[in-house]
Amino acid sequence: MTEFRKTKLLTLAFGALGFLSSCGGIQNSINPAGPNADSLSRLWWLMFYVCTAVYVLVMIALVIAIRNGGRKSDLNPVLNPSPETETRKRNAVLSAVTATVVILFVFLIYSYSTGRALTADLAQKNGLSIELTGHQWWWEVRYNDVDASNIFTTANEIHIPVGVPVTFTLRGGDVIHSFWVPNLAGKKDLIPGKVATTWLQADKPGVYRGQCAEYCGLQHARMALWIVAEPQDQFNAWRQNQTQGSVPPATDSQRYGQQVFLSAPCVMCHTINGTRAGSNFGPNLTHVGSRNTIAAATLSNTREHLMQWIVNSQQFKPGNRMPQNNLGQTELDALVDYLQSLK
Amino acid sequence: MSHGLTRKSELAQISDEELAAQMDRERAELERTWAPPTGLRGWLTDTDHKRIALRYVVTAFVFFVFGGLEAALMRIQLARPDNHFLDPDKYNQIFTVHGTTMMFLFAVPIVTALGIYLVPLMVGSRDVAFPRLNLYGYWVYLIGGILLYTGFLLNTGPDAGWFAYVPLAGPAYSPGKRVDIWAQMITFTELSGLAGAVVIIGTVFKMRAPGLTLNRLPLFVWAQLITSFMIIFAMPSVMLASGLLASDRLIDTHFFNPAEGGDAILYQHLFWFFGHPEVYIIFIPALGFISSIVTAFARTKIFGYTAMVLSLISTGFIGFGLWVHHMFATPIPQMGQSFFTAASMIITIPTGIQIFCWIATLWTGKLNIKTPLLFVFGFFANFIIGGLTGVMLASVPLDLQIHDTFFVVAHLHYVLIGGSVFPLFGAFYYWIPKWTGRMLSETLGRWTFALMFIGFNLVFFPQHILGLHGMPRRVYTYLPESGWGTLNLISSIGAFILASGVLVFIINFLWSRRAGEVAGPDPWAADTLEWSVSSPPPSYNFHNLPVVQGRHALWEATPDAPVVRGLSTTKRETLVTSVLDAEPELRFEIPGPSIWPFLVALGTAEAFIVGIFTPWAIMAGALLTGAALICWFFGDPNYENRPAIESPSKVASPPELRPKEV
Repeated sequence: MTEFRKTKLLTLAFGALGFLSSCGGIQNSINPAGPNADSLSRLWWLMFYVCTAVYVLVMIALVIAIRNGGRKSDLNPVLNPSPETETRKRNAVLSAVTATVVILFVFLIYSYSTGRALTADLAQKNGLSIELTGHQWWWEVRYNDVDASNIFTTANEIHIPVGVPVTFTLRGGDVIHSFWVPNLAGKKDLIPGKVATTWLQADKPGVYRGQCAEYCGLQHARMALWIVAEPQDQFNAWRQNQTQGSVPPATDSQRYGQQVFLSAPCVMCHTINGTRAGSNFGPNLTHVGSRNTIAAATLSNTREHLMQWIVNSQQFKPGNRMPQNNLGQTELDALVDYLQSLK
Repeated sequence: MSHGLTRKSELAQISDEELAAQMDRERAELERTWAPPTGLRGWLTDTDHKRIALRYVVTAFVFFVFGGLEAALMRIQLARPDNHFLDPDKYNQIFTVHGTTMMFLFAVPIVTALGIYLVPLMVGSRDVAFPRLNLYGYWVYLIGGILLYTGFLLNTGPDAGWFAYVPLAGPAYSPGKRVDIWAQMITFTELSGLAGAVVIIGTVFKMRAPGLTLNRLPLFVWAQLITSFMIIFAMPSVMLASGLLASDRLIDTHFFNPAEGGDAILYQHLFWFFGHPEVYIIFIPALGFISSIVTAFARTKIFGYTAMVLSLISTGFIGFGLWVHHMFATPIPQMGQSFFTAASMIITIPTGIQIFCWIATLWTGKLNIKTPLLFVFGFFANFIIGGLTGVMLASVPLDLQIHDTFFVVAHLHYVLIGGSVFPLFGAFYYWIPKWTGRMLSETLGRWTFALMFIGFNLVFFPQHILGLHGMPRRVYTYLPESGWGTLNLISSIGAFILASGVLVFIINFLWSRRAGEVAGPDPWAADTLEWSVSSPPPSYNFHNLPVVQGRHALWEATPDAPVVRGLSTTKRETLVTSVLDAEPELRFEIPGPSIWPFLVALGTAEAFIVGIFTPWAIMAGALLTGAALICWFFGDPNYENRPAIESPSKVASPPELRPKEV
C-alpha cells in the first residue's frame, strides 16, 4: 500500500516537472515573451518549487505516520498517551505551523512586490496606447494617438512594436469579457460601465494568441485575437497603411464586389473607410485583406474560408451575429476579390 | 408509569427481572409514541430527523449522479479538438447545470444531511430542535432541484454559468426563462440551507445530553455548528444577488444594468461574499468527518482538540474575508486586492494546523486501516494539492495568469472532491452500517477507493498544465493547433475511471442492503454516542438519554455511568440543557408529524415558480404561505413545557440500564 503510494507520488512529481518544463506554444503563460509575463512566470516557478517541496514533505510525514501507526496489533483505544509523546507531537506541529507561516510571508511579500512593480510602472508607460472593446464575440481595437489623423480602428489583430510597452484601455461593449495574452501578460476584465487598464510588452518578434477568459455566452470559446509583435519600422509601415482609407477597387471584379458589398446586408454592420459603409456593429473591414485570420482568430483568412463565412458563418461559430447571405457564385467571387484586395 | 424509576432507593427495591421487564415496557411505549406515520401520509408528514436526513442523502446522491453524468458529457466533448458531440448551446447549459447541481443540490445538502442525521445522535437527543422546520427544508430543497431539472430537460436549462454574472445573465443578453429558473432554484436551496442551519444550531446549543459540555463536543458537531453559522451569514448575500437579478429580469429594475446606472461588479461582490464561504460550508463538515474517522480508526484521541476547535472557528471567520480573490481581474485597486491576498494566505494556517494535528494523531495511533481511513489518506494526498494551488491563486499577480483557466478547474476540484467528496465517501463507509444495519464490503470499498483515487488524479492533474498552457475555462471546444488535445484526452479517460469507482460504491451499497454482514450497534468500536444505540437507531434514538463523562463518550464511560430518567415515554419528550455546560433545564415536548411544512413548501413553490411568469404569483404565494404558516403554529399542541425535575435523577445505574438494543 505505502509502496504503491510512494511510487505514484514520485511518478506524479516527475511527470509534473516533465510536462511543466516543456515550454513552448503561442498561448502559454510559462513561455513568457515580455517583461510582464516574465515576472509572473518567475513568481509561478518560485511558488511551484516551494509548494512541491511542502507537498513532498507532508506526504513523507504522512507515509511515516501510517507506517508507524499501522504496526500495532491491539486496537484498544489510547486515551492517555504518555506526556513525552504529547510534547514531541506538540513540537512537531508547532514547527510545521511556524514553517507554514514563514513560507506564507515569503509568498505574500514576493507576490505583493511583483504586483506593485507591474502596476506602478503603468503610469510611466508612454509607449503605444490602444483602446480595446469586447463584443460578443470579437474584439474592437482602436489605436489612439495625439494626432487625430493617426487614429484608426481594426479588429481581432493587434500589431505592436517589439520592446515598447503598450497600454490598453479596456471597455466592455455588451457583457463582461477578459483580455488575456498568456505569453505577454496576465488577464484583465472588460466590464460594461467600467474602464480598466493593463499593459504588455513583447521582447521578441512573433505572433501571440490571446483568448477571452471570462465566460461571455454562446461563442466564448471562439473569441480569440492575435498579437503581432514586429520591429519598429515594420510596425510603423503597418500603422501608416492602417491610417489610410481603403484601397479603391482596381479590377472589374473588385469593382463589382464593392457594389455587392454596398448593396448587400454587409453594409448594415460593417465599416469600410472611404466608402458609404459606416456601421460599427461588426468588425471594421477597411483593411480586412491584411489580416491573418477572420472570425476572431477562428479561421485563417483564405479565399475559401471567406466565402464559406459570408454564406454561412453559423457552421463555424453557431450563434454569432452575422446572418446567412444568399449570394450567387459570381457575386460571391467578386465580393471576396474585393475583400481580399483591402490590404 | 413512565416516571417510575427515578429514585435510587426505589431502584434498589426492584429485582433484575422486574427491571428488565420495566425497560422492555418503556421501550415498547416509546416505539408507539415515536412511531412514524405510514404510507403516503408518512412520506409527507414524518418529522423523524433520521428519515429526513436519509431522504436528503439519497436525493443529493441522485443529483450527484446527474452532475457526474453531465461532467462525463463535457469530458466526451472535450476529449478531442473541434469535436461536434455537443453544440455550444447544449454545452453551456450542461456546464451551468453541472456546477449548479454540484454546489447547490449535492455538496451543501449532503454534508448538512449527515449533520441532521448524526448531530442529535452524537449529542444524545431524541430529535432535532425544530423537526417541522427540518421537514420544510427538505421539501423546498426537493422542489428546487426538480425545478432545475425540469427546465434542463425541456431545453430551458440555465446557460449563464453557475455564477450567472451580469450583464450576461441580465434580461438583455439572456432572454427567455433559463436564468429565471436558475435564480429561483437558488432561492429554494438557500431557504433549505437556512432551515437546516437553524435546526442544527438549535440542537447543538440546547439539546445536548447532560455532561456534554461545549468543551467535550465531538469535532464533527463543532464542524456542523460552525458551518451552520456560516450558512446563516452567507446565504442572505446570494439570496440578495439572485433576488435582485430576478427582479431585474422580471419587473424591469436596473440594479445590475450599467446603462441605467446599475453596477455589474456589485453582483460579483454579493455573489462571492456568499460564494467563497460556500466552499468552506462544503469543506468544514468534511473536516468533521475526518476527525471522527481518524479518532475511530487511529484508536486514539485527536491530538490538539482545542487547537482543532479554534482552527475551525477561525476558518469560519476568515472564510468571509476572501471573496475578492475571485475578482482579481476586475478593476479593483491593487492595494485593496492585497488585503484579500493576505487573508487568502492566512486561511491556510488553520487548515494546516488541522492537517498537522491529524498526521500527529495517526503517527502515535494504532491504525485500523479500513476503507474510511483510506479515504482520509486520499483526502491528504489530494486536498493538499488543492490547498497549495489555492495559495498560488491567492497571489494577485499570479492569479491574473491562471484565473479562469483550467488551472482553476483543477484547483477547485482538488479542493472540493479531494477535500469534501473523499471524506464524504469515507463517511459513507463509516456510517452506512449505522443507517442500514449492515456492513459494506471491504473489498469493494478498496476498489472504490483505488478507482476513485486514480480516476480523480487522471482527470484533474493534467488540467493544471492545460491552464498554464493557456486553456480558458468554460469553452465548448478548442482548436487542434492549440496542442491541448493529449492532456484533454487523458483527462476524459480519467473521468470514466472515476465514474466506475462511484459505480462500484453504488453496487456495494445495494449489495450490502441484501447480503452485508449485520453490523450491530458499534462495528468500529468507536467513541461517539451514535454507536451506543442499535443500527439502525430506534425512532426515539435513546431509551434513556446518556450522561456524558468525557470527550469520547463511549470510550470514557465508566461501567456504572448514570443515565437520564424521568422523560415521558408516552409523549415525544426530550431534555433541554444549558448552552455552555449542558445543565438540564427543562423537559421539552418535541412537535411530531405534521402536514403543514409540506403545504407551506407548496405555497413557497407557487410564489417562486409561478413568479417566473407573473409577479402577482409572489403575492398569491405570500398569502398561501402565510395562511399555511398560521395553521402550522395554530395546530401545534406542544407548547406546554414542564420544568425539569430537580436535576434529572443522576441515578448510579447498573450497566444493564444503559440502553443496549442489539
